[in-house]
Amino acid sequence: MEDADVAELLKVNNLVTQFKTESGVVKAVDGVSYYIDEQEIVGLVGESGCGKSVSQLSVMQLINAPGKIVGGEVIFEGINLLEYNAKGPQMRAVRGAKIAMIFQEPMTSLNPVLTIGQQLSEMLVLHLKMSEDAARKRVIELMGLVGIPAAEKRIDDYPHNFSGGMRQRVMIAMALSCNPRILIADEPTTALDVTTQAQLLEMMKDMVQRFRASLVVVTHNLGVVARYAQRIYIMYAGRIVESGTTKDIFGKPRHPYTMGLLKCIPRLDEEEGRKLVPIEGLPPNLIGMPPTCAFLPRCSWKIDRCYQDPWPDLESVDDNHFIRCYANTGEKKN
Amino acid sequence: MNDTQNEAILNISELKMYFPVVRGLLRRKVADVKAVDGVSFKLMRNETLGLVGESGCGKTTVGRCVLGLYKPTAGRIIFEGQDITALPEKRMRQIRSKIALIFQDPYSSLDPRQSAGSIVGEALRIHNLVGSKSDYNGRIEQLFRLVGLDPSMTNRFPHEFSGGQRQRIGVARALASDPALIVCDEPISALDVSIQAQIINLLEELQERVQGLSYLFIAHDLSVVRHISDRVAVMYLGHIMEICKSRELYDNPLHPYTRALLSAIPIADPFVEETRERIILKGEVPSPLNPPPGCPFHPRCFMAIPECSQTNPPLHTVTEGHEVACIRVL
Repeated sequence: MEDADVAELLKVNNLVTQFKTESGVVKAVDGVSYYIDEQEIVGLVGESGCGKSVSQLSVMQLINAPGKIVGGEVIFEGINLLEYNAKGPQMRAVRGAKIAMIFQEPMTSLNPVLTIGQQLSEMLVLHLKMSEDAARKRVIELMGLVGIPAAEKRIDDYPHNFSGGMRQRVMIAMALSCNPRILIADEPTTALDVTTQAQLLEMMKDMVQRFRASLVVVTHNLGVVARYAQRIYIMYAGRIVESGTTKDIFGKPRHPYTMGLLKCIPRLDEEEGRKLVPIEGLPPNLIGMPPTCAFLPRCSWKIDRCYQDPWPDLESVDDNHFIRCYANTGEKKN
Repeated sequence: MNDTQNEAILNISELKMYFPVVRGLLRRKVADVKAVDGVSFKLMRNETLGLVGESGCGKTTVGRCVLGLYKPTAGRIIFEGQDITALPEKRMRQIRSKIALIFQDPYSSLDPRQSAGSIVGEALRIHNLVGSKSDYNGRIEQLFRLVGLDPSMTNRFPHEFSGGQRQRIGVARALASDPALIVCDEPISALDVSIQAQIINLLEELQERVQGLSYLFIAHDLSVVRHISDRVAVMYLGHIMEICKSRELYDNPLHPYTRALLSAIPIADPFVEETRERIILKGEVPSPLNPPPGCPFHPRCFMAIPECSQTNPPLHTVTEGHEVACIRVL
């Protein structure tokens, strides 16, 4: 993680985002560091509440009160975005234009009272200073690119005229409209049917290639990242617990949480009679967490040291493969 | 499916469930939504049959017809040898103690104002299944233990439980009346990955422990369905396209839709993913209000020939226990 790669496009250092609530401070993102290379597909994996979405919203500076980005750096093209005012023109020039985001709910992320064309051309007029006519032409082109049939007709339709899959295509077209360098897709297909999911993911992969952008896929679905990502970050309780190439993460997982996840999901190609091994217990409450490893209560690899010392930093176990764990999980791999 | 050596607990033949679309002041019927359009299958005692398909394929409607929550438009549902298709509500109530349901959302399916014990015991009270108060409490404690909950928690309310624990309450409630069949409608899709396995294992263990318990397991996640089911029926637009043993489904899928569905599901293993067949279907599932003529899948099918738009093929047996509805598969 620390080696300075020439093609590093985004580098996040020690990002901390917290939410003040009545019952205490929720450390949603608690010291997250990662990087994205040019034209790379990266997976960010974790269960609900692990901070994967909040970390991405923090990169975009889309955190509202009671949430607050408390510390860290988001270096994009050599500049720390967190030094920009969240509502200032500099951040606006990046958000949506250079770093674009797609959300899970295509239903709620489109404005129901504006036509698709109005919503898509807004970005072009705003960021690229296009004329209305030029924008309309470009919108039709973009809609065609993301696979919306009869774009010339459908451009004047409203969101309710579109199916869920088509709405998500609109969102992707919108995200791509300003030629972003990074596309962040937060559970982009979770609300959709399986065959539609496959269509959209395949299309997104083609699009980021075509636009020479990088893609961050935020998901709980290990299958999706196994199929599309080159590198993966596994998050738990606001921190990254393991990172590495996709083949390392799945081929020789080293963090007990990652290992547990792989053993508890049913696989389409599994042998008959395979027993799932659940991860016992529950994800921790992120208020008032002890300094020790947050996975400790559920861990089957724990050693004495885990109870005494604070949660370790990410340490290298192999080339480009890092884990945050004291136990020597590499010894007896199963 | 034609084997009769085992006892079928549920036998569904040519089930159709149409929902009328009405319009205007006179509420004249203008069309039908053909949610289920000629579905037949048998479920054996102690067996788990998975019903899988994308949204709108009719899988939930089949489950609701089995529970008697919908009166089918046509077809027959035989449960334990008795035709329950058109039973009057009073008689159906008695039957329903033998058919239980586990819901998808453990948050909205539990009454927030009832204690967990009272939720689990509701069926016992309604069906008068226990004689005394102490029997009632004993049975509830037993059910709590059976699903892995501490019996001291009977007085707590749903909001005091986590999602996984709530689904355990849902399972305990389903078991309360000693059912022979449990319809599980997406029982784990609202849960987190690490919790899903706990519920899947619980359902599997219960089937080993409770004599003769059968599941009709309805879900969209084929990996989960295949894991828990003995046999799987793949549905598309109100029809069963393929039905076979779970193992066969991955090793030897025959229907083009099944093949596309399988290939659309990524496996959490990049080494396997490298070599997998990938079929990306065109378009989206058509509306059941206006299904295409002939085989419902033919407009999206990569194997379609002109005849496919003319006849809707019935299921035919390819090998023993493996049935497919496709004229391109012989």
